[in-house]
Amino acid sequence: MKNKSLVSISDYSREEILRILELAAEFEQQPRQDLLKGKVVASLFFEPSTRTRLSFESAIQQLGGSVIGFASADTSSVRKGESLKDTILTVSNYSDLIVMRHPVDGSARYASEVSPVPIVNAGDGANQHPTQCLLDLYSIKKTQGRLEGLDVAFVGDLKYGRTVHSLVIALTQFNARFHLVSPPELKLPSAVKRYIKEAKLEYYQYTDLNEVIPNCDILYMTRIQRERFPDPLDYEKVKNSYNLNNQMLANSRPNLKVLHPLPRVNEINVDVDSNPKAYYFEQALNGVYVRQAIVASILGLK
Amino acid sequence: MNDKRKQLIVSAIQNGTVIDHIPAKSVFQVVRILGLDNTEKQVYFGVNLESKKYGTKGIIKISDHWFASEEINKIALVAPSATLIEIRDYEVTSKSSVQIPEHIEGIVKCFNPNCITNKEDVSTRFTVIRDEHDELKLACHYCEKNTSRDNLMFI
Repeated sequence: MKNKSLVSISDYSREEILRILELAAEFEQQPRQDLLKGKVVASLFFEPSTRTRLSFESAIQQLGGSVIGFASADTSSVRKGESLKDTILTVSNYSDLIVMRHPVDGSARYASEVSPVPIVNAGDGANQHPTQCLLDLYSIKKTQGRLEGLDVAFVGDLKYGRTVHSLVIALTQFNARFHLVSPPELKLPSAVKRYIKEAKLEYYQYTDLNEVIPNCDILYMTRIQRERFPDPLDYEKVKNSYNLNNQMLANSRPNLKVLHPLPRVNEINVDVDSNPKAYYFEQALNGVYVRQAIVASILGLK
Repeated sequence: MNDKRKQLIVSAIQNGTVIDHIPAKSVFQVVRILGLDNTEKQVYFGVNLESKKYGTKGIIKISDHWFASEEINKIALVAPSATLIEIRDYEVTSKSSVQIPEHIEGIVKCFNPNCITNKEDVSTRFTVIRDEHDELKLACHYCEKNTSRDNLMFI
């Protein structure tokens, strides 16, 4: 994995995924080390982010590395009309690795082709978010003790949710059974469903959330993202489709964990937060260890 | 239809290539993909001709030009049923069908308006796939969206 960019979750084999998860477990034991001393990581966020940017920067600084970069396109030469290629070529002169979030689909793949240093995709438009996917997998493995053969329910916006797309694709490597809960307008795209079919795995589609709760090990909730809808009226129709409350979890499996990539709006009621089955805030913490594992492994330090 | 009538519709060539069994509606796309709108060679074409197999078809004949297979396979997207006939001195010297290529670069636009290839100066790259209904689709190397045949736009 040394010097190899991470653009899409499908760039990593099953073994490479498992290796990152093992490393992340090591970092969880000892998150503060001097491993990245003398290394400079560029963090280029052309689009806003709270969790991803801060957890990356925290991950790097806890390992003794330094971070340069910008948190919005407004404070970079992008505003003067600089092309992505020129920005990447320039920044690669100043850094050992580039973490990038960009609003355009496919920008990360392109950056990885022009950059002499490795690129880690921290989200490219509505396409991929592989580091989120790895931390989701880490959270699943940590709470269930395994990745193999789980019943995983995805709830909400399965059409535009890039974290859903990445995680479904990754779980096809681990024989999951997929329970897909969404309004008819927001079903999983056929380009993603194709991965499930090719792996000959079972999947079931639902519109009612209650139907799926007793039968899954992981309940992966997502926000219905207003910003992705071309027509605001379509958003209004589906925005309140799902609202998980504590009582609804009464008949769930004892090992069930509720995950959410966050931010949430109203799809998980706050009364779920104190239920031991709620795992979304720990999930966000796991992001630090997983990102330490990704950076250390790409820089060839682990 | 006998051979004599056929020759009256689109005249025979002495040397060159005949591309037959093109879907009638795709003839002009084939012309563009192969750059025949900018050639010095003699080109004949016919559209909405009768075809026993397909109802109607189109045909293109290019004098004194033979195609490399990478070049001709580019038309497979719009004319997968096309037949390629090479002619030397009025004789058919070879007959083959178009092969669908695995990868396509730079000919087709990605239908996703938010794809990097539509935002910056980046040439398109696709892998050709078939969906569960056996429809050809182009999977974008960059944005990972699939462009279907209905959304095909040529650069």
